[in-house]
Amino acid sequence: MLDTRKALGILLVAGLGATLTACSTKGDDSGTDTDGTVTITVDCQPVGAQKELLDNWNADVAAFEQANPDITIKSVSVGEQCNNPPDFTARLAGGTMTDVFYGYMTDLQQVLDSGRALDITSAVSASTVPTWDSVDPALKEVFTDSGKLYAVPVKNYSMGLVYNKTLFTRAGLDPANPPTTWPEVRAAAKKIAALGDGIAGYSEYSAGNTGGWHFTSLLYSQGGRVLSEDGKKADFNNPLGRQVLQNLKDMRYADDSMGDRQLLQWGDLLTSAGAGKVGMFIGAPDATQAIVSQFQGKYEDWAMGPLPGQDGPAKGTLGGGEGYFFKKDLSPEQVEAGLKWIAYQKLTPGKGQLDYVRAKPQNYPVGLPQPLLFANGSDAQKQELELRKANANVDTGNFAAFENNPVPIQGEPRNAQAIYAVLDGAMSGVLTDPKANVDTLLGTAQEKVDQLLAAGS
Amino acid sequence: MSVLTAAARVHEEVTVHPAGSRRRRRILDDLTGHAFLIGAVLCFALFMWYPMIRGVVMSFQRTRRGETTWVGWDNYTRIVADPSFWTAWQNTFVFTVLALVLGYALPFFVAILLNEFRHATGYLRILVYLPVMLPPASALFLFKYYAYDPSEAGLFNAILTAVHLPTSEWMQSPRMTIPAMVIASTWMNMGSAVLIYLASLQNIPGELYEAAELDGAGVWRRIVHVTIPQTRLILALLAMMQIVATMQLFIEPLILANGAGTQDSAVSVAYLIYQHGFFQNDLNGAAALGVIMLLVLAVFSAYYVRLTTRKDDA
Repeated sequence: MLDTRKALGILLVAGLGATLTACSTKGDDSGTDTDGTVTITVDCQPVGAQKELLDNWNADVAAFEQANPDITIKSVSVGEQCNNPPDFTARLAGGTMTDVFYGYMTDLQQVLDSGRALDITSAVSASTVPTWDSVDPALKEVFTDSGKLYAVPVKNYSMGLVYNKTLFTRAGLDPANPPTTWPEVRAAAKKIAALGDGIAGYSEYSAGNTGGWHFTSLLYSQGGRVLSEDGKKADFNNPLGRQVLQNLKDMRYADDSMGDRQLLQWGDLLTSAGAGKVGMFIGAPDATQAIVSQFQGKYEDWAMGPLPGQDGPAKGTLGGGEGYFFKKDLSPEQVEAGLKWIAYQKLTPGKGQLDYVRAKPQNYPVGLPQPLLFANGSDAQKQELELRKANANVDTGNFAAFENNPVPIQGEPRNAQAIYAVLDGAMSGVLTDPKANVDTLLGTAQEKVDQLLAAGS
Repeated sequence: MSVLTAAARVHEEVTVHPAGSRRRRRILDDLTGHAFLIGAVLCFALFMWYPMIRGVVMSFQRTRRGETTWVGWDNYTRIVADPSFWTAWQNTFVFTVLALVLGYALPFFVAILLNEFRHATGYLRILVYLPVMLPPASALFLFKYYAYDPSEAGLFNAILTAVHLPTSEWMQSPRMTIPAMVIASTWMNMGSAVLIYLASLQNIPGELYEAAELDGAGVWRRIVHVTIPQTRLILALLAMMQIVATMQLFIEPLILANGAGTQDSAVSVAYLIYQHGFFQNDLNGAAALGVIMLLVLAVFSAYYVRLTTRKDDA
């Protein structure tokens, strides 16, 4: 008996010891094998449910590795939404990001604070990313801090008015001429909501930070800014901010044209849109892609116009986008390999995400005015536009009003997510309380944002 | 006589064996025992104690640009100055009190009722326990989209309309947000409490009820004078467990209210921690709030430990 127990004890201790040893074993993390092959891990591989996208990604990896036999790409999927903020923050805090990792433009501050991103200024050039000189300088600037570049932009969007043409027609509105001012939006929303059957003429977010995100865009359309020039004070408690909330309150309660369901966030609104229950909302062109691929909508129903202004064209619209950061401890060879991969998969017309010939027969739109990566008139932009037009599988006329009436793009405020969380309160206030006082809501939000900024969180 | 002989033999064996051999054997036994403990200790150390200590340390630090510095009480003063701080505590306490009133008393009375049934008891118990088997997220989505739909198509509003009562906007109404979360939470969790109460009720000797009946006690007096005193300890334990669990209110606001709800009407302390940590690039502030919450919950946990110790002693 004693022998058995003794043996068991020794086995257990040995097992634990072996486990700990295995856990603590640190391999060579230079990413270069003895045969000279450089390995990098890259996230944002599509998930299994996105079959065509996943097949495209895997084909891209195979083609890239064949062309670059000394580079191995290890793909990592982090979910259907490549950047779900809580997951992203957790990975960043834990240092478990991939070597080359995807982030939003608004993530730059937290990526820098984590101290885990590499300054890639000297590594990026036309020799590592052939289309680099064509990439819109404004996008490079977004990922630059104190003159140092920390990410390569791979997607860019700006917001406009997304509308359901079928509902426009049913409501007696002209689907070729979307509203261009907020009073016109209000009138159109009233007519669409009059169709009944739970249809909202205009729908808006007010939860999960998305309310604040859209408030920002609506404020830009009025010519306002969320923060003062020096970024130290809230700057939305003014007639422009009041107009934003008043427009929404009027549509919600005076006209009853925004539906009963509020406290919506991204998936809620797009689910209703996919079900044909939303006449208009503000969004980026690829919102239509999500409506079709994730929420069972139809491309032919959707069109897009520029973001409306109060009395004329909008004075600004919110722009955003994504890029790839590089982990701090990468070797120069890994950085070069990562840049080559991004150049191939994201920034080469006719390849990867810009391979429109491949995408045309698939259930993903070609012809949307996105990703707006290249500067106007640049060589890469011309190539990309030609390919996009030649292979369009959606009616590009549906986006003509948006493309032909560009609105000045404004970036997101510093500390965007924290501010959006506060502004959710103002948005939910006017959308759920008929007695809501717009001044009080803005005053409270201003006080909170000022406190946030003062605390520097 | 034989007992004495046996005792003498044991004494003889003990004195015959050298002391060193006994010590070795005891050490070996101890080592084996400790080896079996290592797994559990490592798990606790890695996944419970280390994160807890790390959380406390982080609450006194600030990380900016990859540099971590000690900032004293800064994170605490900053988190207390957060405009949502007191709202979150108020909402959490109101939820806890309401959940205690509804989610604590209701299962007790359901258990008493089930205890009285003589037929279909197994079926009824499964029925009561069924919601516990549903993943909380699924249950809450059911409430969100079917029961709390603010239109007349919503289940609760349809019922209210049918009985000619005014409808509610449920999660969209700041006044109804917390009661609506309490209703959903009680529905999801009461099954476990009912089963624990039932087990406790079945331990009460039937003679006590018979005696009470002979003394002319009605149902209510039997509950007050027999059932409650006999289950007092279990009632107290479950109350403490419920307080500690409900004060960590998180998934209800996250799913039912998509976060903070209408003008912070659903924001809870745990949700505020999540908000700071994962949306506001403020893990240190989140850690500070976590420590404050830990201290508050420690008071209730200490009382819980005292109660369980008393139960063990009993």
